[in-house]
Amino acid sequence: MNEPNIEALRPTSEDQAAELVRDARARGKRIDIVGAGTRSGLGRPHQGDLQLTTSALQGIAFYEPAEMVICAGAGTPLSAIEATIDQRGQMLPFEPMDHRMLYASGGEPTIGGVVAGNISGPRRISAGAARDSLLGIRLVNGAGEIIKNGGRVMKNVTGLDLVKLNCGAHGTLGLLTQVTLRLLPRPEHEATIVIRRLNDASAIAAMTQALGSPFFVSGAAHLGADMGREFPRTFLRLEGLRDSVDYRTQKLIDLLAPFGAKHALEPGDSARLWRAIRDAEFLAEPRERAVWRVSLAPSRGAQFIARLGNLASKHFYDWGGGLVWFMSAPDVATATAIRAALAPFGGHATLMRAPDPLRGAVDVFQPLSAPLMRITRGVKKSFDPDGVINPGRMYRDV
Amino acid sequence: MSHIAFPPVDISIVARRREILSGLAPLLSTGALISDTIEMRAFETDALTAYRRLPLAVVLPGTTQEVAAVMRYCRDAGVNVVPRGAGTSLAGGAIPQEDAIVLGLSKMSRILEVNYADRYALVEAGVTNLAISEAVMADGFFYAPDPSSQLACTIGGNIGMNSGGAHCLKYGVTTNNILGVTLVTLDGDIIELGGPHLDAGGIDLLGLMVGSEGQLGVVTEATVRLLRAAEGARPVLFGFDSAEEAGQCVADIIGAGLLPVAMEYMDKLAIEIVEGFAHAGYPLNVEAMLIIEVEGSDAEINAQLKRINAIAKAHNVKVMRESMSAMESALIWKGRKSAFGATGRIADYICMDGTVPTSRLPEALRRTGEICAKYGLRAANVFHAGDGNMHPLILYNVNDDAEQAKAEAAGNDILRMCVELGGCLTGEHGVGIEKRDLMGHQFNPADLAQQMRVRAVFDPGWRLNPAKVFPLAGREAA
Repeated sequence: MNEPNIEALRPTSEDQAAELVRDARARGKRIDIVGAGTRSGLGRPHQGDLQLTTSALQGIAFYEPAEMVICAGAGTPLSAIEATIDQRGQMLPFEPMDHRMLYASGGEPTIGGVVAGNISGPRRISAGAARDSLLGIRLVNGAGEIIKNGGRVMKNVTGLDLVKLNCGAHGTLGLLTQVTLRLLPRPEHEATIVIRRLNDASAIAAMTQALGSPFFVSGAAHLGADMGREFPRTFLRLEGLRDSVDYRTQKLIDLLAPFGAKHALEPGDSARLWRAIRDAEFLAEPRERAVWRVSLAPSRGAQFIARLGNLASKHFYDWGGGLVWFMSAPDVATATAIRAALAPFGGHATLMRAPDPLRGAVDVFQPLSAPLMRITRGVKKSFDPDGVINPGRMYRDV
Repeated sequence: MSHIAFPPVDISIVARRREILSGLAPLLSTGALISDTIEMRAFETDALTAYRRLPLAVVLPGTTQEVAAVMRYCRDAGVNVVPRGAGTSLAGGAIPQEDAIVLGLSKMSRILEVNYADRYALVEAGVTNLAISEAVMADGFFYAPDPSSQLACTIGGNIGMNSGGAHCLKYGVTTNNILGVTLVTLDGDIIELGGPHLDAGGIDLLGLMVGSEGQLGVVTEATVRLLRAAEGARPVLFGFDSAEEAGQCVADIIGAGLLPVAMEYMDKLAIEIVEGFAHAGYPLNVEAMLIIEVEGSDAEINAQLKRINAIAKAHNVKVMRESMSAMESALIWKGRKSAFGATGRIADYICMDGTVPTSRLPEALRRTGEICAKYGLRAANVFHAGDGNMHPLILYNVNDDAEQAKAEAAGNDILRMCVELGGCLTGEHGVGIEKRDLMGHQFNPADLAQQMRVRAVFDPGWRLNPAKVFPLAGREAA
């Protein structure tokens, strides 16, 4: 990631960041953006001539607990934000995944990286993704102009929504300098129901029933036998006021009794478990295997895995079956076969981990139809006419 | 008499009217092309009724393919297109003019698929908001965003304006509840964004599309998220002697980590107007009222209300009344949702839609009163307190030209104040023509130019809903 022959830029202000981008553009140089680099393995390999780090664009600009809003520099460590809001009993609703285990990377993830990647976790099913909590951004576009969009309020339809457009664009449209996010009260209590020994299809049926119940499930995942225990386990999380969680836990156990639901984990165990699911810890090893993440309609998850056959190993489901994680061999033929297998099921697949040459050779993100590619290129050009920022991070030559 | 300017009519388009009509006719089924002046009157305005302009023609396609054919024709023939759902826009988002056809989606109103296992519905864009929830209600599901006009407004219009409603505090607005759309571009390409899965792939063009006010393309179908309804819900009325106490009560409820599904505010004038119309049992002897709704089982509801009541008491609540039956709950919400209609019975009004940070609500209310008083006008305040989305209804007489000018000036002052307090011009109604020329108060030229460059990717020649959103001055800069 930090190749010694690459010139490193570390702006200490937004104005300086804009100047550096203008300067790079004038010199015909291309810039890779990094926060702390904990997610540099996500996306196509870096191709820039310069590296710009946001690490000095840090600090909480404001935090209003009564409004449930925080605004911070893009380079602010996520841990600093979480520590601050935790003191007031609040949290980031979308439970962002920490990629350090998956990529064996070091450093402290930044809030800018979370936003750029639209990084969400298990609670995405009930509280939305990062993009749903992101209220406002400031960024430097590829022409070195400072642009703001959105704001600090939840209801805002003033002009085009460039906030969401930049959330999940992996920094290809501009350098995020500041982000404003909506928070939620941290639940007073949590409980996780465990069901043992279901096969994939039954597990998804159980999760579907739970998510279609009125008991507000905030996590629904299924781990296979090769993940921590010798038998498969299905987990359903409930969060909220203590009495309410107790009540809903009992109701859900009753509802899922036909699947063998009997008891719930202790809160501490529950938190540890969901952290492991959030971070896809089970797929950290073996390191040489490729890792995939597929979003599709929940009811199709198990069929898709069945279709993959021995192309996939160590799979697990989050989002009630709508998010499938698995490992594969790290080669072009396998990647191509996986994409072909997904086609009849819809949804989209991301090659989350693979050696640089493979991520340079195959599509990392779901390939786009011709009209969509045309629009994507057009949008990129509207922000970054000369392709200065994060070239090729999502799509070849974009 | 108009105070908001329209762009000059492109006479070269109007001059080709006959040719354009005969070009459109073969692309549509019989009866789907309207060119008679009297019939077109139904499409000359929306809910911003002070402004009206006749279109060149109205087309009502029945399929996505027909929409694509019309769009391709309009691109090739150089005709402007104004998409329209039910025409309930309060911002003038669906008002046409003489060089544009109205592309209405009212014939595309089917629910194509309901899927409870994957918790979505696939619908055509012309289906009404309420029809979706009604179709799944018996099975215990609902579609969350619930704008006041939900009986009439369409999901296509909701997507165009990123509509909200009373229950966004817990469930979010339109953009948080749309999984996918079928988009027809001006080139006539039919594009799928997202689908029955979470998070569309690629850059978030779906997020860009929601709230784009018909400027980037026409949405013909949508995959919307269905949610399972809670076991029960109960609204409670809280009356206060001052706006400050009510506003502080809202802030403290949020600050305490409680998250009611809805927190709605009405001031004295709004209460009087609504009570006179809906007989919802609202207290008439208070200055401000909150409707707070909580969800869950009876026990869960009681537990939440116990905490909320304690906070309300700390702010000297004067009246507290829980709904005791489903009928009473329905009546409480009927009152709130009929607030605009009830106001329309006693006066003409314009409805502002600015949002302020919730901590600034008391100040925003006070200044709204001062601004209206300065112009010699009255405003009724009805709004979503939990998210700071204000809705002052400025009362005036539409036949009094000077008063209309004052009402619009007062509205503009209020919106400028919202931006000054850290909020925005529009929370859920959209910019339309109404707030177009105020955009410069929220955005600088670079911000607007970036938005217009994105817009140009889809419509470089300003054909799609061209009179809206972006100030007429400065468009060439993009």
